[in-house]
Amino acid sequence: MSETAPLIVLAGNPNAGKSALFNALTGARQKIANYPGVTVERKSGHFQLDDGRPVELVDLPGSYSLDPTSPDEAVTRSVIMGEQKGERQPDAIVIVLDAANLDNHLRFALEVIALGRPVLIALNMMDLAERDGLTLDPAKLEAELGVPVIPTVAVRSRGLELLSAAIETRLSEKNAQPTTIVPKERGHGLRKQAKEIASLAIIAETAGRRWSERADAVFLHPFAGPIILLAIMFVMFQAVFAWSEAPIGWIEGAGEWAAATVEANLDEGFLRDFLIEGAIGGVGSVVVFLPQILILFLFILLLEASGYMTRAAFIMDRLMASVGLSGRSFIPLLSSFACAIPGIMATRSIADPKDRLTTILVAPLMTCAARLPVYAIIIGAFIPARDVGGGIGLQGLVLFGLYIFGILGAMIVALVLRSTVTKGPNSGFLMEMPKYQMPRIRDILLGLWQRAWIFLRRAGTIIFAATVVLWLMLTYPKVPIDSPVSQVDYSAAGRIANVIEPVVAPIGFNRDMALALIPAMAAREVAVAALATTYAIDAPDEEAEAKSLTERLQSRWSLPTALAFLAWFVFAPQCISTIAVTRRETNGWKWPMFMLGYLFALAYVAAGITYWSAVALGL
Amino acid sequence: MNAPVTLALTLDRLAMRQRAEISSIDWSAISENEGARLRALGLDEGVTVEKLHKGMFGFNDPIALKVGRMMIAIRKSHAATISVVVPA
Repeated sequence: MSETAPLIVLAGNPNAGKSALFNALTGARQKIANYPGVTVERKSGHFQLDDGRPVELVDLPGSYSLDPTSPDEAVTRSVIMGEQKGERQPDAIVIVLDAANLDNHLRFALEVIALGRPVLIALNMMDLAERDGLTLDPAKLEAELGVPVIPTVAVRSRGLELLSAAIETRLSEKNAQPTTIVPKERGHGLRKQAKEIASLAIIAETAGRRWSERADAVFLHPFAGPIILLAIMFVMFQAVFAWSEAPIGWIEGAGEWAAATVEANLDEGFLRDFLIEGAIGGVGSVVVFLPQILILFLFILLLEASGYMTRAAFIMDRLMASVGLSGRSFIPLLSSFACAIPGIMATRSIADPKDRLTTILVAPLMTCAARLPVYAIIIGAFIPARDVGGGIGLQGLVLFGLYIFGILGAMIVALVLRSTVTKGPNSGFLMEMPKYQMPRIRDILLGLWQRAWIFLRRAGTIIFAATVVLWLMLTYPKVPIDSPVSQVDYSAAGRIANVIEPVVAPIGFNRDMALALIPAMAAREVAVAALATTYAIDAPDEEAEAKSLTERLQSRWSLPTALAFLAWFVFAPQCISTIAVTRRETNGWKWPMFMLGYLFALAYVAAGITYWSAVALGL
Repeated sequence: MNAPVTLALTLDRLAMRQRAEISSIDWSAISENEGARLRALGLDEGVTVEKLHKGMFGFNDPIALKVGRMMIAIRKSHAATISVVVPA
């Protein structure tokens, strides 16, 4: 025991500035993991006390009370009580309070102090309180609570030395009991007590500048609010595609350079093929997602840190409620139109576990950017580019229809899930909307880095392994040199396609399509390249490839088959990254497997209905 | 008959910028979890609230309340279980 660093935990209401304080104390060296058995994040870091002793600091999930109403609050409670699996008993508890919101935040503090454990109070966001017209007396608060109270401004790193010194003192007098024993009261009495203590600690209270309220008069306006939200979302999507173009090009360029280097330096053989097609191709298929994910997260983190995220949820709540979700699901689902991976990762802000699970499960139905290449090829080959009137092209209309198809599918699935597998009391939509705040660049960059790392490390390993397996399946066994059969047909994947073919034949798919679906498991857009390979197209560049692929498709596929293929891609979970991220975010294989199953079933039914309807219509 | 004149209604019917005191909450109409959350966010009997914002046009749902120094969003269906009195 004496060898391990003392454990200090940060606890407090959401929006008290806990994470900012955590970042300010620990810097960039943070470890993020899940608590065993739950999808509650454990954020830990280290810092040194003045005497050089290292301590471990854990940022607990925000809590309003020790009476848990969510998995997050349950973890906070059991850590504080010393009952959490996989966590030591904390040596000291730092309760972070929003100085401008004392009477509300003191309730939680009183509950924790009543446990008689070593507690310190960080009276945070003192600057905002002053700007709000509040003058506080920390000494008075300290006398009333009987525990050390240290004023801090985490975002400006103010008060940190004092806090660290106070922690040091607290650790050395570990067994000391609080001087004032606060009676353990609950509910009504606790609130009254909190209010009394708050009013004693407040020296002066003037109206102050109510800039946050004035901003809300615009952002939450019944008419202007939704329009502003729409504009922000528009800018976000423009940025995701416009800004990511160049970095994606660099990543692809780097991959090509690496492949060329390997090719020039290694003899032909397994190792060379493995490095170029398996390793470099596999890593590339993971990393190529990064630019869009990072840009999306930049926006999501900014929206969260500024306080606007809760406003967006407020505006969209009523619409989302009509499918059994809440406003909190809006941004994650919207992000999934670019890519389901950041969308699913962003569901962490949804407090209700069933809402969150439902959102994760329907996120892949939002038409992500990776489906576009597939849609573009098939639509280009089979849908005539004619005007359906009013300057609306048929091709664009079909593409639009595919998006709507996905959205409608998601709405219906959400409704069905909410009354079956994710059934439960509607958590309603009860949430605090914090004051607007200027996001701090350091915290945003740290958040971006953490998301990127989670994606590359956790999802990356699974995606990489799966890509290599797919490559092996397509490459082995090697076809005999004088055989008339192509390598793809001879490979394990080709043989699997023979097995799949009778399964997908009823929905109008031919064997070539069955074969293309196998490598497309890595990512949907791979289907295009896979079809090109299957039709033995060796084109010098992408444009020529698309052109000759279009001609081949037209000669080999019927229109009902092509339409069925489109319908398939609206639903099919052909993206290992999404499955991998779902596994991480739901902490097990149960839900990703459920997702795989229901999406494949939907894809099959949708493709079948499309095929047979088209045949019946004589298309 | 000299009691101050007050207007009793439920929270969802409160007018914009109107202040009112919560007189009672129908705890039986909401789950234990929701009740705990209500109290955690400072919505309890005897608390004064002010309606600040309402949702998108056409719906006017949810509503945003000022509770102490916090702003709380709540759906109308929940607000309907909370009775308030408006001081005349």
